[in-house]
Amino acid sequence: MSSADNSRIMDKAGISRAISRLSSQIVERNGGVKDLLLVGIRRRGVPLAERVADRIQQLEGERPLVGQLDITLYRDDLSTIGPRPVVNRTDIPEDVTDRIIVLVDDVLYTGRTIRAALDELVDFGRPRRVEAAVLIDRGHRELPIQADYVGKYVQTSDSEIVKVMLTEYDEEEQVLVVEHE
Amino acid sequence: MKLIIKNGHVIDPSRGVDEVADLLVENGLISDQLKAGSTADADVFDASGLVVSPGFIDLHVHLREPGEEYKETIASGAKAAAAGGFTSICAMPNTHPVNDNASVTRYIIEKARDAGSARVYPVGAITRESKGAELAEMAEMKAAGAVAVSDDGRPVTNSQVMRHAMEYARDHNLVVVDHCECLDLSARGVMNEGRISTLLGLKGISSTAEESHVARDIMLAELTGARVHIAHISTRGSVALVRAAKAQNIPVTCEVTPHHLALTDAAVVGFDTNTKMNPPLRSDEDRAALIEAARDGTIDAIATDHAPHHSDEKMLEYDRAPFGVTGLETALGVVLTKLHYEHGIPLTRLIGLLTCGPARAFSLPGGTLAPGTPADITIFDPSREWIVDPQRFQSRSRNTPFTAWKLRGTVSATFVGGRKVFP
Amino acid sequence: MAFNSKDLLGIRELTVEDINTFLDTAESFKEVSARAIKKVPTLRGKTVINLFFEPSTRTRTSFEIAAKRLSADAINISASTSSLSKGESLIDTARNLEAMSPDAIVIRHPSPGVPHQLSGLLNASIINGGDGAHEHPTQALLDAFTIRGHKKRIEGLSVAIIGDIMHSRVARSNVHLLTKLGAHVRIAGPRTLIPPHYASIAGDSAGSLVVSNSVDDAIAGADVVMMLRIQRERMSDAYFPSLKEYSIQYGLTLPRLDLAERDCIVMHPGPVNRGVEISSEVVDSNRSLILDQVTNGVAVRMAILFLLVERQTRKPAQGEAQQ
Repeated sequence: MSSADNSRIMDKAGISRAISRLSSQIVERNGGVKDLLLVGIRRRGVPLAERVADRIQQLEGERPLVGQLDITLYRDDLSTIGPRPVVNRTDIPEDVTDRIIVLVDDVLYTGRTIRAALDELVDFGRPRRVEAAVLIDRGHRELPIQADYVGKYVQTSDSEIVKVMLTEYDEEEQVLVVEHE
Repeated sequence: MKLIIKNGHVIDPSRGVDEVADLLVENGLISDQLKAGSTADADVFDASGLVVSPGFIDLHVHLREPGEEYKETIASGAKAAAAGGFTSICAMPNTHPVNDNASVTRYIIEKARDAGSARVYPVGAITRESKGAELAEMAEMKAAGAVAVSDDGRPVTNSQVMRHAMEYARDHNLVVVDHCECLDLSARGVMNEGRISTLLGLKGISSTAEESHVARDIMLAELTGARVHIAHISTRGSVALVRAAKAQNIPVTCEVTPHHLALTDAAVVGFDTNTKMNPPLRSDEDRAALIEAARDGTIDAIATDHAPHHSDEKMLEYDRAPFGVTGLETALGVVLTKLHYEHGIPLTRLIGLLTCGPARAFSLPGGTLAPGTPADITIFDPSREWIVDPQRFQSRSRNTPFTAWKLRGTVSATFVGGRKVFP
Repeated sequence: MAFNSKDLLGIRELTVEDINTFLDTAESFKEVSARAIKKVPTLRGKTVINLFFEPSTRTRTSFEIAAKRLSADAINISASTSSLSKGESLIDTARNLEAMSPDAIVIRHPSPGVPHQLSGLLNASIINGGDGAHEHPTQALLDAFTIRGHKKRIEGLSVAIIGDIMHSRVARSNVHLLTKLGAHVRIAGPRTLIPPHYASIAGDSAGSLVVSNSVDDAIAGADVVMMLRIQRERMSDAYFPSLKEYSIQYGLTLPRLDLAERDCIVMHPGPVNRGVEISSEVVDSNRSLILDQVTNGVAVRMAILFLLVERQTRKPAQGEAQQ
């Protein structure tokens, strides 16, 4: 792996600040916690959603419900992804109908993950509104999809990978931009 | 016309010959080697590094003619025999119609004469249409050229009929050949009963299905004094029964197939129907007992039970495919590779099982290089390796379990009555 | 985690890792079956043929539902309606099917080995839906999934399998699977219906396999009792004297079940002969997981179809198209 310093675009404190900002924007836009359901997209969207929920609790004194979505079965690229996909559980704790859903993911790139998540979500019911919150928007969209809340916009080239590293899964908490191996 | 086979390793177990020597063939007969001085005008076959043996004799082949010529004909079977080093083959009677009367016997002999390859000795049926009820006209068939009687393909289930068959055959000095299988015990079985059949869920044929009939036939041989030959023995128990009978001088002989010596029921695991034959491939212990019996002389002959089937018939569900595999063109390679090179059985013993052993069992001519006898000779290279490719068989059928096997031992030339029939 | 065979022919060929891949993946599909909309688009445009040479409602329906919940097109061909009854050979039938480019073919056939024989001839993934008395791998996987769901483990469990062992592909596949995963399997039934070499088929797996002397011995202390269906026609082959005697000697009743562990679960691959191999009281008791088995069958078969068909469409690694 290349040296962390020259490829790091966000450190631990930066991630924490970005989450705070996202959390405030979400409650501000939606006027509080009522009807709010945060849905993390596996894998790293799940701990991010939990952290946003924690932060909202600090701000509002009430914690929104959190669910998780595994979009493997809804992907449109099963035949082109490399390693074998592992199908994990999807866990939506409450009927989504008439709720405000905020999809939470680490990186917004082609938009295909959000597309798959939307497809899966509507199989659970008819939400009032669906929004998207991401830690990083790196551009290169292949679908007309935008996030409502973005932690940081980053200019990248197609040959780069944005690595979001969280202590739930990784040793160090940071965001790196590295060359594709 | 003279032929001299020079510098071959001559092995003739009928006379205890095992030496490098020249062999002279004159007017279709083996010549007295002492007079081998004037050979200037003879054709020469250089057999340096090769074994020169009496022509092989196969007591058990199915030529399918008349009736199923799409599987094999007498001509194609005789050619396959010559290619495998066999100069004489005994044709089992389970054709359509069954060889249960002298006219069918004569038909086979005429067809074989026309083919002009290996000698074909018909085996007549024991009972009419091999139905196990009324005796076939054994004496008539013998007069027409039959050398033994058998209902092969199925056993004679009625013990009283078998007793009468033995008594009658004894009168006419015919060997009674039995396919030993208790049909009640083997009912619908398709492979050996054992661990593998249990794993595969295929219906098993127990050793007892064979051994109970072998025991019965030995007891009937003792009772009647008839000569009984047990076809294709396949189990340790059958070996023990024959060994005990021979120790008591009961007139019983037996044969074993190359595939029972080389393979076990483990070969069935991939559901290849070319591993399906009757009797079935047996266990490791059975195979070990057969090899030991081949070594110690309990077994009299190696016979192929050459049973050609069309690939359309074999490419069926395992339990619906017909029994049987071809064997004439792989016998020598399998026997040498498995018994000589792997199990150290001497060449003289193996050649005995392919020549004088079978000749004695059925009282056939041949099986010897004695001067004055017809020059039926097989010359083979005992060490040359080859890969079994059924597309190259002379036989019309390809149903062998040995496809792609690497074997050692190839036939260099086959002579029948001094005439080269292969290659 | 990987399953890299084209086909699912039997449990015997699988590794412990393969088995766990199927079971773990099935957990996720069970969740799909619990949704309001029980359908995901994963195998849209794929074709699954159910080729049944034997009558079967349960397995065929289960595969059909599994395929449809994955958005695959499922086509059922049964022996009575296909060209098989017109004397077409098995091989020709297979080639005709191949010409229709299915992605997976589920085969049930009365002859052992047919799925193996066809696997070499066809590009489609072959799933053994039961071949004679040989194997029924999808049933064993759903049984294991059901046991694991209730007991949270398989290793170390005592499992009694009782009945017509000889003719049972379910028993064979379960013996392979459970012993591979470390369970201790006891077999019992009339001696006429237990092949003499049965105790040897588990090979050198982590668990153990014994043939018990009696049904009571097998059930004593068992964590799981699996009853097998007895077929009426076995009587005519002199395997046992009468259904009445069979049910008294070898059937599962509540008093007999008292010999097992208190939390013992009862399973049956179906269809059940009430009052023959198992009493109605046992079938309807809270220890019976017979209906759970049916429910789980769909999730397990979804996992199997997904893992096999997805493998087929997967191209060599091109790097992640997505983050």
